Amino acid sequence: MPYIKVDETLPGIRSLMAFRPETAEPLGALAEILLRDKTDLSPADRELIATYVSYLNECFYCHHSHGEIAACYLDDDRDLVNAVRRNYMEAPISEKLKSLLQIAGKVQKSGKSVLPQDIENARQQGASDRDIHDTVLIAAAFCLFNRYVDGLASVAPQDLSTYAPRARQIVENGYGPHIYSKVQPV
Amino acid sequence: MAWIDLQNDLPGIRGPMIYRPDTGAILNDLAEALLHDENNSLSRGDREMIGAYVSSENDCFFCQNVHGAMAQHYYGSDMPFIDGIKKDFHSADISEKLKTLLAIAGSVQKGGKNVTEEQIGEAKKAGATDREIHDTVLIAAAFCMFNRYVDGLNTWAPKDRQVYVDRAPMRAREGYSQAGLVK
Repeated sequence: MPYIKVDETLPGIRSLMAFRPETAEPLGALAEILLRDKTDLSPADRELIATYVSYLNECFYCHHSHGEIAACYLDDDRDLVNAVRRNYMEAPISEKLKSLLQIAGKVQKSGKSVLPQDIENARQQGASDRDIHDTVLIAAAFCLFNRYVDGLASVAPQDLSTYAPRARQIVENGYGPHIYSKVQPV
Repeated sequence: MAWIDLQNDLPGIRGPMIYRPDTGAILNDLAEALLHDENNSLSRGDREMIGAYVSSENDCFFCQNVHGAMAQHYYGSDMPFIDGIKKDFHSADISEKLKTLLAIAGSVQKGGKNVTEEQIGEAKKAGATDREIHDTVLIAAAFCMFNRYVDGLNTWAPKDRQVYVDRAPMRAREGYSQAGLVK
């Protein structure tokens, strides 16, 4: 049961965004720009960073939502998404993405946990300043989204098959107010 | 020194906000909606105090001083008063309602699941509305992002705490915006 009176037909962050459209606007815009930007990092890489941080924060709704979106970009390769969640070092992903996930995992603990060697390692794997910037901000943003979703005890659907239609909606139409104002996809 | 070349020498979050202005503008919109927008039953001082408290818990020097100075400005108080709230809000001279909201914010700082039904019940008993509880959780969560952005990129911060106090009246007057970063 959510701690505040929200539309309970809406899952997770969608119910909170509908409760307060004034703050939903910048939150939707932030997700759109950070996760769907195609500069350097691909949308799949960005969603994997989001999934990993949400998994570390044990946010069921967010790590399943973004894991499913990542899978959409990766030809439904859920094994790869699961491998990133559990042990990204052994996952079939680039060394560069591994080095960025290492930074994201540090940011999840705290900003000060990021060490010069984490940055140096990412640079050696070819990460640009912009890659490092975006990784830190995506990881930081999910420390917001995860706390927002769980801090108000919003409803996380337990049936994992319900996550795929919402993921397709995001992949096709992006993030924004339409994710709570339109009829939920099934 | 920041981990990346921000191409400017502005302190704290202002550096990366100018480095990537399209995300900077959105982060400013979020801060404006949460902290400065007048359409809110929580005072600007209380909202800034929640941000300062969470930043203090996250040990983010830049953010806790910027937003502590903002709260100090709105409250018309002095620095020891703000420091007292950060250190031990339970024994500070603030409303019971704000104490219950700071307790919720402190739980959010640790992780969303740390917020308890009991804490929500206490806040409602002290008169907090659903919207006020919502905003408290979102402000606390937002500072868990801002603080990590600032420290995760190793930005620099002025050490003299008076610098932050001196800038607060301007920020209170003008609010948060991308254009305001370079003033």
